[in-house]
Amino acid sequence: MQLQFTPEEEAFRQELRTYFTTEIPQEIRERCEAGALNYPDDIVTTTRALNKGGYAVPHWPVEWGGQDWTPIQHHIWREEMSLNFVPDLLPFNAGMVGPVIAQFASQELKEKFLPATANLDIWWCQGFSEPEAGSDLASLKTRAVRDGDHYVINGQKTWTTLGQYADWIFCLARTDPDAKKQAGISFFLFPMDTPGVELRPIQLIDGSYEVNEVFFQDVRVPAENLVGEENLGWTIAKFLLGNERSGIARVGWTKTKVAKAKRLAAATKTPNGTLLDDPAVAGRIAALENELLALEVTQLRVVAGSADGKPNPASSLLKLHGTQLQQAATELLADIAGPDSLPVSAVDSAEEGDVADILSPEWAQLTVPAYLNYRKVTIYGGSSEVQRQIIDKAVLGL
Amino acid sequence: MEFELSEEQVMLRDTVREVLTKKYDIETLRKVTDTELGWSRDVWKSLAEIGILGLVFDEADGGTGAGPEELAPVMGEFGAAIAPEPFLDAVVVPGLLVTKTADADVRADVIGGLSSGERLAAFAHHENGDRWPHYAVATQFADGKVSGTKSLVPAGDAADILVVSARDASGAVGLYLVDAAAAGVDRTGYRTHDRRRGAQIVFTDAAATRLGSGDASSAIAEVEVVTQTALVAEAVGAMRSSLEMTTEYLKTRKQFGVTLSTFQALTHRAADMYVSLELASSISVYATAALAEGRVDPIIASRAKLQALKSARHIGQESIQMHGGIGMTAEYPIAHYASRLTAIGHTLGDADSHLQRLSASVGDWDMVTVG
Ligand SMILES: Cc1cc2nc3c(=O)[nH]c(=O)nc-3n(C[C@H](O)[C@H](O)[C@H](O)COP(=O)(O)OP(=O)(O)OC[C@H]3O[C@@H](n4cnc5c(N)ncnc54)[C@H](O)[C@@H]3O)c2cc1C
Repeated sequence: MQLQFTPEEEAFRQELRTYFTTEIPQEIRERCEAGALNYPDDIVTTTRALNKGGYAVPHWPVEWGGQDWTPIQHHIWREEMSLNFVPDLLPFNAGMVGPVIAQFASQELKEKFLPATANLDIWWCQGFSEPEAGSDLASLKTRAVRDGDHYVINGQKTWTTLGQYADWIFCLARTDPDAKKQAGISFFLFPMDTPGVELRPIQLIDGSYEVNEVFFQDVRVPAENLVGEENLGWTIAKFLLGNERSGIARVGWTKTKVAKAKRLAAATKTPNGTLLDDPAVAGRIAALENELLALEVTQLRVVAGSADGKPNPASSLLKLHGTQLQQAATELLADIAGPDSLPVSAVDSAEEGDVADILSPEWAQLTVPAYLNYRKVTIYGGSSEVQRQIIDKAVLGL
Repeated sequence: MEFELSEEQVMLRDTVREVLTKKYDIETLRKVTDTELGWSRDVWKSLAEIGILGLVFDEADGGTGAGPEELAPVMGEFGAAIAPEPFLDAVVVPGLLVTKTADADVRADVIGGLSSGERLAAFAHHENGDRWPHYAVATQFADGKVSGTKSLVPAGDAADILVVSARDASGAVGLYLVDAAAAGVDRTGYRTHDRRRGAQIVFTDAAATRLGSGDASSAIAEVEVVTQTALVAEAVGAMRSSLEMTTEYLKTRKQFGVTLSTFQALTHRAADMYVSLELASSISVYATAALAEGRVDPIIASRAKLQALKSARHIGQESIQMHGGIGMTAEYPIAHYASRLTAIGHTLGDADSHLQRLSASVGDWDMVTVG
């Protein structure tokens, strides 16, 4: 056993830190810290700056821009991104469709899409979920019917995150209605401006607009945009979802939130000193920090043990508990803001991301919307209930 | 002991329920809370007509002469419907402060206007950096005028009259009546995450009339206990609706070819939510009954808020989770309840602050008992 990182690993960390803090614009990292990123520009700028240095898609195959890093190096990369407030890469590109294309698609599609996907020249969105097919994804109803050298797609997707900025969608559709649920699904790629694609926004509880409904009416997709073989979609989806879950614990992100909570509690005066002197508050912070430490070591154990790059079933543990701690951190910040968390905008405002121009600080006004928004992390990417079932089956053999 | 509502209290509750449920399906609720005012003058009129607005004030002052046992079920209905009308903030709180401090003429004038629904008031107390239970009150009163900044005034945007806390030359905290339209009153309205309204108010030598004489701190403390108890009753109503909606959803939403109610991983948690709800209900009954017996006890209020807020977090979070994605949307009501419950949690002390108050006194008693 050995707890310290090696000198090489430390040097690597330093190299990344220097790159992140010099190549990613300061304003973007500040907006990221405040939770007020400008979409889509900040993500595009960041991705291109990272890609220039070879830091956008290190987990891809080397021939497509990946890095020959050890699992620990990948871990350090992820941590340093969070600790330096580098905005998350668009998961649909870097984490989902990129690895899928690299693994399953034809050479032609690889050449066409991978460089553009790494550089965010194409913004992808994910069309998996449907109103009736959430946790039970395999029951999806969207149909794709072969018509000469095209497929004709009809149906509806929902919860399509950031679809309003997307150039292309990767989506699952049923190609064999007679096969068993999982067996008749295929994986398609097509541009969002294809005739017959219609997008409708869904507003979330915090007022934000990040998800959409997407309707397909006789959308004609060239047959070469099918990834892998017809009816192989479920295998691809499982591969993609396994990737989605690794790295979703976001320990580094939560650490920065707890550190911020501590700073703010120490700056909040009470008659007995500061909020940090309140044993109930201090106890909560200490307990959360301790769980974070335990999770970080767990993550390192999982990372160090998954050398072959296959998703480890223990990654469900990281998703399950990592998201709980993210929620605990946003809840803590809202409670530290206390009554100053109540106002969120001017009376005549209909603008998203606007704050009220009063003495309650902006950070405090942003806390409850963030707390409410973060309820999503235990729902998407495989809900907590689904993660527990994976652990029950794959780990505990129940 | 008697824990059930009387026949009259049940009738009162049902009347309020009818007014609010008739008005507020989720679509109407969103429409109304999106307006600049944020609530409905129509509903306000109906509430005045059925005598709700004057509920807690003495008949001699122009009210209905009811008490905490009537206020609690009414607040429960506001919670159940997440009705945005500022009954507590614009009527009960400032009205009770006036009844506890003012002389008969002023009482009759102010309370009459509040009870009939013609006027709205607001309590301007919180200053920047204040945190329950500590209010600094740096606002000053001198020569018939108040000056200072009240940073969070619930319903302060719509109020016609303001009850302002300020210190006089002797340093005592008094309550002052200020016309919201008077010179030297500058309001900046804001929206809250639970779709309510408030204002930051700057007073610059605004003409003010003192309510009563002597230090008003004990009147403020008493009204605070009443308010906390009312908020707990409101929270219980919101939790009850949340649980009802969630169980209904579990019975109807299908995944994997069956309803969600087939999955024990969910139904057992619904059972836990029920436990949380009943504990909160009980503590609400307890605090309400204590108030009705005339025990205005901050420790009891803290007990009630601590338990209710624990239950509120549990139920608010679980009800979103068990709804899945739909629970996150603005179009569907469940997260609005979670937002309202969170706001109640940050009004007059959150769970940590109430735990802190109880911890500080825990050596004062041998064991806890009802009664
Ligand atoms: C903010 C947000 C962004 C999203 N982005 C995308 C996106 O970009 N693309 C995309 O395709 N999808 C996206 N999703 C969809 C997400 O993957 C689904 O919400 C998720 O799969 C859950 O499905 P559902 O919402 O239909 O809930 P349901 O499946 O109806 O689940 C409701 C509740 O029941 C539980 N449950 C369901 N089945 C079981 C079971 N067998 N046993 C025990 N409990 C069960 C669930 O865990 C949940 O608590 C997003 C969702 C959200 C909230």
